Amino acid sequence: MPKAKLEQAFEQTLSKGDKIFVPYIMAGDGGIDALPEQIQFLQEQGATAIELGIPFSDPVADGPTIQAAGLRALAEGVSLRSVLNKLAETKQGRSIPIVLMTYLNPIYNYGVEAFALACEQAGVDGVIVPDLPLEEEGLLTPSLADYQIALIRLAALTSSKQRLEKIATQTEGFLYAVTVTGTTGERATFADNVTVYLEQLKTMTDTPVLAGFGVSTPEQVRALSEHCDGVVVGSKIVASLHENNRTEIKPLIQATKNRSAN
Amino acid sequence: MSAYQQPSETGHFGSFGGRFVPETLMPAVIELEQAYKQACEDAEFQKEFNYYLKQYVGRETPLYFAERLTKALGGAKIYLKREDLNHTGAHKINNALGQALLTVRMGKQKVVAETGAGQHGVATATVCALLGLECIVFMGEEDIRRQKLNVFRMELLGAEVVSVSQGSGTLKDAVNEALRYWVAHVEDTHYIIGSVVGPHPFPKMVRDFQSVIGTETKQQFAEVEAGLPDAVVACIGGGSNAMGMFYPFVNDSTVKLYGVEAGGSGIDTGKHAATLTEGKVGVLHGTMTYLLQDQEGQVEEAHSISAGLDYPGVGPEHSHFKEIERVSYHSITDNEALEGLKFLSRAEGIIPALESAHAIAYLKKLAPTMRADQSIVVCLSGRGDKDVEAVKDALGGEGNA
Repeated sequence: MPKAKLEQAFEQTLSKGDKIFVPYIMAGDGGIDALPEQIQFLQEQGATAIELGIPFSDPVADGPTIQAAGLRALAEGVSLRSVLNKLAETKQGRSIPIVLMTYLNPIYNYGVEAFALACEQAGVDGVIVPDLPLEEEGLLTPSLADYQIALIRLAALTSSKQRLEKIATQTEGFLYAVTVTGTTGERATFADNVTVYLEQLKTMTDTPVLAGFGVSTPEQVRALSEHCDGVVVGSKIVASLHENNRTEIKPLIQATKNRSAN
Repeated sequence: MSAYQQPSETGHFGSFGGRFVPETLMPAVIELEQAYKQACEDAEFQKEFNYYLKQYVGRETPLYFAERLTKALGGAKIYLKREDLNHTGAHKINNALGQALLTVRMGKQKVVAETGAGQHGVATATVCALLGLECIVFMGEEDIRRQKLNVFRMELLGAEVVSVSQGSGTLKDAVNEALRYWVAHVEDTHYIIGSVVGPHPFPKMVRDFQSVIGTETKQQFAEVEAGLPDAVVACIGGGSNAMGMFYPFVNDSTVKLYGVEAGGSGIDTGKHAATLTEGKVGVLHGTMTYLLQDQEGQVEEAHSISAGLDYPGVGPEHSHFKEIERVSYHSITDNEALEGLKFLSRAEGIIPALESAHAIAYLKKLAPTMRADQSIVVCLSGRGDKDVEAVKDALGGEGNA
């Protein structure tokens, strides 16, 4: 039960008084063979689940850092298929939940039903599709439901209250609260209304609410986590792994840990 | 046959179209849909649009009987719909004007656009100057190099041109960057997309603004020939001139519709932009449609001598027309298009844009198969001034070649 695995991992983290930390990595940045070690490393550092980006030729929701990582992965010949194969091969011995972040076209090209089945076989627990709004999600939901793969919905600062309620009610696994009006990538500051927005989302669902987009420092991780259940950190992790500055990652994850317990 | 009524309320043309955009954009896309719907019902908006089309763009454009071309090809009578005579030299301004008026109506002061060859960028910069809107245009760095004069033209008109180095630095990447910019500035900015592509309501809205082409043609043809033409031909990149021309004829089943894509170096070479004849269904830039893509669903680069056709996607309604077999789609290579350009220049004293030259070239195949009492209308979507340098290079500098 992939979806349940995700929910259990989150519950476990939250019950300790910690917040959830989901690092994003671009699958195949550094070669597809580097992937199992990268996942292992992030698990050891204390990540709750891993968001694995699938490289795509036209990533309109992504800023420069993730775009560049995607191009590097594409140059390595990495595809949705090769990532699913690698995950299936290394499924035994991996306990941390995996969530895929992919634009719709690679899934559609793979075949929606075949994709859902391959996710189950590869031990993928959830899917995030940034170019699939509520209006079009019927394209994926029946197949994903067949295999209990969570479809994680994204909420935006520009969404109306009515849309937020719908998104918050329908999401599975967690609610991805996009914290900037723009693409992924580091931001120095967040808009004033972000905390209100996160707290509002918290009242709309019992599913964990994670803040993501633009989060890059331990201070930001701590500040945002106070108003929701945790964070997704993308560009910063991608850059740290690529530039081999892995020591930058630990403090980000530590910022989600229960300080009274430490 | 019941009257054609697409798209659906949700913006789907059969199984194509839709709204595949990030949630951050959905409210803007819905706002646009509502604003457009209200504008359609508002006689004042239509009056204003028609006023500028007449007094500023210079419509209506002539439907010209190309007598020497007809004789040279030997077959059906050929009429040219002269969109090349519009202000700024192509059909692009019909849409740019409509959307800019809508921008003002929505209370937004800023406009973002993408451009390939620069024709849509120039048209957008022009209408933004006309209406006092701020304008930023994304253009691939490769295209900037190829179309320096159009860049300067946009700057003269007060627009900011931003070079896009991501990807291969062409139209597809410029659209990606324009979409990213729109996501970040959605609260005060409208995206004037340049063709019948993108998320709903763009394909419908751009079609409607361009439909003036087909509507005028129908009326003009009835005045000179009575009845309807037997065939209508237009070139297709994203497909806006073709859609504007075809749409008013969609319910006239006796009128055969032909769409001509760019065959580039030849379909066999893999270097082409023949999306409908060679592509596979997928999702790009907010819509489900035919795409040039590899086996893993990565979108591929298109290739054409004509920058305006150099796009790996196509408007979703064209995908629908292919599926219901209302339009037949064909391709013309770079070399055939160059021949077509020379042919029209010599036969009629009209240098067409390289895009439109694809439609002209297709006439050589179509016209001789038809009778002398039949008629073809071709959409001459733009003039060739912008292409003179590229054509000179392609012909090795020999105008007499």
